[in-house]
Amino acid sequence: MTERPGHIVPLTTYLGVFASLMVLLIATIFAARVDLGWLNAVIMIAIAGVKALLVVLFFMHVKYGSRTTWVFAGAGLLWLMILMGLTLTDYFSRPWPM
Amino acid sequence: MVSSPGFRVSSFGFSGMNRGCNMESALPHNSEHETRNLKPETLSHDHAHQFDDAFQQHEAASLGMWMFLVTEIMFFGGALTAYVVYRFYFGRAFIQTGKELNVVLGGINTGVLLCSSLSMALAVNAAQLGRRKVLVGFLAITIVLGCAFLSIKGYEYAHKVHDRHLPTPAFSVGHFHYAGFAYDAPDPNPPRMFFTFYFVLTGIHALHMIVGVCLMLSLLRPAWRGKFTRGLSGANFIEMAGLYWHFVDIVWIFLFPILYLSHH
Repeated sequence: MTERPGHIVPLTTYLGVFASLMVLLIATIFAARVDLGWLNAVIMIAIAGVKALLVVLFFMHVKYGSRTTWVFAGAGLLWLMILMGLTLTDYFSRPWPM
Repeated sequence: MVSSPGFRVSSFGFSGMNRGCNMESALPHNSEHETRNLKPETLSHDHAHQFDDAFQQHEAASLGMWMFLVTEIMFFGGALTAYVVYRFYFGRAFIQTGKELNVVLGGINTGVLLCSSLSMALAVNAAQLGRRKVLVGFLAITIVLGCAFLSIKGYEYAHKVHDRHLPTPAFSVGHFHYAGFAYDAPDPNPPRMFFTFYFVLTGIHALHMIVGVCLMLSLLRPAWRGKFTRGLSGANFIEMAGLYWHFVDIVWIFLFPILYLSHH
């Protein structure tokens, strides 16, 4: 018979991704308790980014999807970066008292 | 039937999918050029008639949903950018006010949402494998976890309303009890700004959660009746609902550290 249109992800993959997400959650909470100055924000965003990537690739099946799906998802990220990047370059180059 | 534009008709499939195994509809009944598309392996009851095959239908549904999610990404992205700007402008005030948020409750909420994402992924898996009752079970678990998230959020909000942290004219900094100290600058407007962002960001996220929970509730009955475990395209709608649910989870994955954990 025909193949299924949506790829069926194995259960172990789902459970592995879930375990990683929980570990990263605990990691981000403990990383916030240590004061590392500006490094805190970087670590926090990095961990959140990895978690989001895991959800997008595995739970949302982008890793198993077509290239077009990949482009659509990537486009969202790209335009978000443009939005944040250009807006922040504007505000952070203003002579504000910080 | 008239096929209207947009992904809803294609992936929802109620009107598009043939009910039962009626081979009569597999025969081309319109123009003769359709005979070229009639391959024996793509049975017409596996996909809505406006698509060539189930793959195309799944792809169309997926791209349509992703396009919607991209608009949502831009929406939350704009709100978060605004937060980042004010976080740097009112640095110290936001840091101090941020300590007022309950990290334990926020962390539990994040765990609850991650579990609900897992149960949603397993629901999609069940639909794809044609397991009707397992699908309903996982949908129910997702709904329960979503409601748990909303309850904890409601509890947090109730405390904040009680402590007059709503950014109304009655806003008061006197009651910062989780932070354990009174805010020491004379101007209450920066903390008020923090809470404005807190309520707008988490409030709109909660609105998305409510929509998600209602969506899952509306899928329970058709799922029980077997609409999503039938043929090759039955699981599409569950999968697209899953995409929405995972996206709402991702938004919270970013909101939690940004609002609750960035007080340094």
